[in-house]
Amino acid sequence: MSRILIENGRIIDPANNLNRLGSVYIDDGKILSVIYKPTGFDPDQIIDARNQIVCPGFIDLSTRLREPGQSRKATFASETSAAAAGGITTMCLQPDTIPVVDTPAVAELVKDLAEKTGYRQILPIGALTQKLEGTELSAMLALKQAGCVAVSNANQPVKNLLILRRAMEYAASHDLLLIYRPNDVWLANNGCVHEGALSTRYGLPSIPDAAETIALAQCLELAELTGCRVHFGQLSSRRSVIKLQQAKKYGLAVSADVAIHQLHLTEEDIIPFDSAYHVQPPFRTNTDKESLREGLANGTIDSICSDHQPHDLDAKLGAFPETESGVSSLETLLPLMLRLVTQQAITLEQGIAALTQKPAQILQIDRGALTSGFSADICIFDPDQEWQVNSGAWLSQGVNTPFWGQDFKGQVNHTLQNGMVIYSRQGVSKPI
Amino acid sequence: MSSNLQLNPEGKLKHFLTIEGLDKNLLIEILDLAESFVGITDHRINKVPLLRGKSIVNLFFENSTRTRSTFELAAKRLSADVLSMSIATSSTSKGESLLDTIRNLEAMYVDMFVVRHGISGAAHFIAQHAAPHISVINAGDGQHAHPTQAMLDMFTIRQVKKEFSNLRVAIVGDILHSRVARSNIQALNTLGVAEVRVIAPKTLLPAQVETMGVTVSHNLAEGLKDIDVIIMLRLQKERMSSALLPSENEYFKCFGLTEDRLKIAKPDAIVMHPGPINRGVEIDSKVADGPQSVILRQVSNGIAIRMAIMAMAMQKQGAA
Repeated sequence: MSRILIENGRIIDPANNLNRLGSVYIDDGKILSVIYKPTGFDPDQIIDARNQIVCPGFIDLSTRLREPGQSRKATFASETSAAAAGGITTMCLQPDTIPVVDTPAVAELVKDLAEKTGYRQILPIGALTQKLEGTELSAMLALKQAGCVAVSNANQPVKNLLILRRAMEYAASHDLLLIYRPNDVWLANNGCVHEGALSTRYGLPSIPDAAETIALAQCLELAELTGCRVHFGQLSSRRSVIKLQQAKKYGLAVSADVAIHQLHLTEEDIIPFDSAYHVQPPFRTNTDKESLREGLANGTIDSICSDHQPHDLDAKLGAFPETESGVSSLETLLPLMLRLVTQQAITLEQGIAALTQKPAQILQIDRGALTSGFSADICIFDPDQEWQVNSGAWLSQGVNTPFWGQDFKGQVNHTLQNGMVIYSRQGVSKPI
Repeated sequence: MSSNLQLNPEGKLKHFLTIEGLDKNLLIEILDLAESFVGITDHRINKVPLLRGKSIVNLFFENSTRTRSTFELAAKRLSADVLSMSIATSSTSKGESLLDTIRNLEAMYVDMFVVRHGISGAAHFIAQHAAPHISVINAGDGQHAHPTQAMLDMFTIRQVKKEFSNLRVAIVGDILHSRVARSNIQALNTLGVAEVRVIAPKTLLPAQVETMGVTVSHNLAEGLKDIDVIIMLRLQKERMSSALLPSENEYFKCFGLTEDRLKIAKPDAIVMHPGPINRGVEIDSKVADGPQSVILRQVSNGIAIRMAIMAMAMQKQGAA
């Protein structure tokens, strides 16, 4: 393994409370030292990070890479390239693949597929219930031993609260984190947009915010009853933020994330019947968006995920309610986070923490920080570099994004994973 | 969200997908043109050569009798060649095959699609993906819009009441699932009526319905006070099985329009219904067939109004 020196960059590492100019020293895939030059350090490679920010690589708690089972939508090869270009060095994979990640064999298959891409950090999330059917518990301990970092029922409902209670008790017995997207499917009633003025005007099947808050409230009660660690994924409503804030104040061991696009778009941004805006949970009101931003700023919401869901063209080609939901979002994660900073919703340190330190804490992994001895997962980006979302710049196989054609500021120049340069932007001087 | 898709750069009608985004002048223009098609003495409609040589395809993914036949008659009165197709939704449940259907018909040099589809937004989708020379007329999409029905309702109201500005209009029944209600609310507000009142139990009203510019009542007896025009909506049987209502019987008791209730409205109030009517469910036969009912006149007016809309949408091609 080579020795790498990253010099002249602004190092921002919230876990170590660091924000200053300096160098990072990497040896044998690990962080050797930050700021302070180790004696006798003789680099094989030097990366000049002048006018750039050097921070830990991003950790994404919710992605779908469509393999195994749906390679017409995306492949590990295409999506890991997109992730590397987006500065993302760890991706948690939702278990709703085909087949579902509900046995150690499928978890191993996921790891094998990942291995072939050269991108080392695809962490499978195991299914909470067999086939995600919500009725029988999966072999959670075996899944954990096969490398699953958490369990989740993805977007599928657990049949009733008794089964959810037992699943949470069982997960807690093995100290497994439950990642839970709160959604009462009965109240959601096959809706596709937020229930309010817009759904009424356009006659679209709608999802009230209560579908989320009721499921959240139930799961919070069960978290207390069972002692299970719960991370709530992709919150979308103001009242969820309030409920979560109360629960945290009360002392429950819970955390939450928000999908990056929920911090930027509302139902009012939806172009009539444009399926690029079809997401679950749906884009809600401006009040909801502002609350999510405040929740992120005051720490009620811990982290930001991409909620990456690449699709083939046909999946988005149809009348809005018949199309599949989701946004391809690995490559817009960083610039959309930086846009929050520009709009003064959060500080840059908070934004980076929400992509690095916080998700690492949630997963209890030794990453997301430039701590000596940690694997050298590093993102080096130019916060002022302007670019446009178009086919020339895009690497994900899914082009389903409402931001297509838009101008962005902030682009990754280099990404390192386990001390290996897995991405360097074209036109940027290569490491020497 | 706006709906400029249906206007060409000169502000002329290209598609007719929804009332939203169309101004009062355009709606009046439609009503006036429709009036010019109606024979002065016998109210019959003569054949005109406006769309000679044009091909129109009626594409019905949902069943319909009145709408489809009046569109067909309207196209024939305009001298267009018309083909009506009923397409089982099962074979075209995916957007991909919907698009394939459109592409295949385009290849036959079609000039206009008249589309009815069970999913909200289907007509928009087709308008966005059809070849640029093709006009799309929405004959009802899911719960979103039924703009030609709204225009024939406006035509019928104007025939009887002459003016819109002082009218109070009640729309009664299943607003939640009704594309007719949505398009009528938008048309009535655009034409500047004094009040649009929706009357229904909460289970049949969409969220924040007042944002569409209506007042709300949950009581038919109270809600009919001072009303000039009553638009009754059809109640689908499946509303009972999905726990939106207890029974047809109870619905009729609370929201059915009877002769006694009709007396609460203004004495010269008219009764409308987009059809097909459920006698004894939302409306008593005596009212449906009574002197204040204009339900059959609505059907006749459907031909003239659809001629007007088709002719205007084709104008952009220099067809006229």
